[in-house]
Amino acid sequence: MMSQNSDAITAKTKAAAVSDVGFRAFIRRLRKNKTAFIGGCAIIFFILVAIFGPFLTVHDPYHVDYTNKLLTPSSEHWFGTDHAGRDIFTRIIHGTSITLFIGFFSVIIGMVIGVLLGIISGFYGGIIDTIIMRFMDILLAFPGILLAIAIAGVLGGSLGNVIIAVAIFSIPSFARVVRGSTLALKKLEYIDAIKTLGAGDARIIFKHILPNILSPIIVQATIRMAYAILTASGLSFLGIGAQPPTPEWGAMLNDGRQFIFDYPHVALFPGLAIVAVVLAFNLFGDGLRDALDPKLKQR
Amino acid sequence: MFQFIVRRLLQMIVVLFGVTILVFSLMHITPGDPARIIAGEGAPEHTIENIREKLGLNEPYHVQYFTFLSNILKGDLGNSIRNNIPVIEEIQTRFWTTVELATYSVMLAVFLGLLAGVIAAVRQYSWIDSGLMVLILFGLSMPNFWLGLMLIKYFAIEIPIFDPSGWGTWQQNVLPVVTLGTGGAAIIARMTRSSMLDVINQDYIRTARAKGVKERIVIYKHALKNALIPVVTVAGLEFGGFLGGAVLTETVFAVNGMGRLVINAIGSRDFPVVQGAVLVLATLFVIVNTLVDISYRYLNKRIDLE
Repeated sequence: MMSQNSDAITAKTKAAAVSDVGFRAFIRRLRKNKTAFIGGCAIIFFILVAIFGPFLTVHDPYHVDYTNKLLTPSSEHWFGTDHAGRDIFTRIIHGTSITLFIGFFSVIIGMVIGVLLGIISGFYGGIIDTIIMRFMDILLAFPGILLAIAIAGVLGGSLGNVIIAVAIFSIPSFARVVRGSTLALKKLEYIDAIKTLGAGDARIIFKHILPNILSPIIVQATIRMAYAILTASGLSFLGIGAQPPTPEWGAMLNDGRQFIFDYPHVALFPGLAIVAVVLAFNLFGDGLRDALDPKLKQR
Repeated sequence: MFQFIVRRLLQMIVVLFGVTILVFSLMHITPGDPARIIAGEGAPEHTIENIREKLGLNEPYHVQYFTFLSNILKGDLGNSIRNNIPVIEEIQTRFWTTVELATYSVMLAVFLGLLAGVIAAVRQYSWIDSGLMVLILFGLSMPNFWLGLMLIKYFAIEIPIFDPSGWGTWQQNVLPVVTLGTGGAAIIARMTRSSMLDVINQDYIRTARAKGVKERIVIYKHALKNALIPVVTVAGLEFGGFLGGAVLTETVFAVNGMGRLVINAIGSRDFPVVQGAVLVLATLFVIVNTLVDISYRYLNKRIDLE
């Protein structure tokens, strides 16, 4: 009885040692990471601005007032006003939720589809793998933002279509990362052991593979958020994304483009807003990646 | 090696084939009847029927696709709906502008990226390193169209050194190239830094130093040469990013290239032009990617793909 007990304890310590490479260790390393901390705080700040900001602004983001157009920054209008006399600060605050919304949903949709395709590809291999990965190659054949431009352009400019376009644009990166991790995991003995015990494919995929590849998926999702926000603002800037008078930052830049030479504040602040949010996600993503791969950090 | 090249070329053909399917589908993912959308609101029924007839939209999808594909293979991308000029002609005049813009930008990005990356790695943890890392992060986070607008404002209007728009003379080319090259420079700098750090910590570098080889030679001859391999791949992949990013840059600087062609065509719902331009850009990118892959393999014979 006594020895059985101590056996159980040893088993527990062993399990704890194993978890050091797993998700918990990832979180632990993440907490110590300064870059991730700064990025994470900034992201939380922007989320709070998106939720509560609109209640705190005194101006109406859509209120057109031509008598007050193109005012330079002042105590009344912190970031000045645009060509229609709308308060730019207010519009940027209201635009925060739009930006985060587009980024979040396009990445989530791209992630769900990409992760499923990646796991199936890595787990089953063979012809399924070839078909899925060739399909990803085809999506990746469209240089950079061009696929998103073509899709959003043809579907017509609207927030929903931007989300669809950016989501499709992010599928291959998830599929590739997840396929790689799945392949690495599949080689481990314990997956074989579970299979021998008679676990079904779905059970192995969702209970044993997916939880173990969460960390790279989260890292990828954070980095893709930065891309997604940049891409979406680019689409709006081209006039095939969010349409004016929506206070989306890219659309604001497009809207005020012809005035920026005399009134640079019209373009300066929406641009800085994009930089700040994208920077936050890049910092957080970098920190996450370091926490995921401690070898990189030691350098 | 020969086998690898053949396999890679076959793969390229499969991907290009898939690209044609996707480009073909572009016309059909439009919500509603493409002919009606092309004709515009309130167009008379016979105009719509005319367009439908001209684009073969009455045929079943697979027939339409095979016509599309066989026309492409004959070098025929159809005619522009707006001005009835063959799409291929519209593209021909603009293709080289975009290629030039992307190529100069890649060159600038590689030059700046390597320089910044090597300096940051050699001076790891110094203030130069930290400063460069901050710059790199900004470069990665900045929308290039915004950078372009700001450059026009300050370097073409306030201090009129460069031209604010167009393409051809060096005064016109500098700002678009800087705009497009900056993001790529940041990516390459980051890659170079980490790749250099990997190499610098290797035994053979320590050996070279121990032998008394000059530091400059160690860095540039021994380390950089090996650190370049992953950088080449990134630069090649970035070429695609540049082709895509050119759309935004060309819009900001009113450069009459492929990107602007796509955007204008989207605006006027000229689907054959959109399809043709997207197809040409994707084909170019796929070919460049294949070449990069082959040269990567050649540069680094140690790696064995499968």
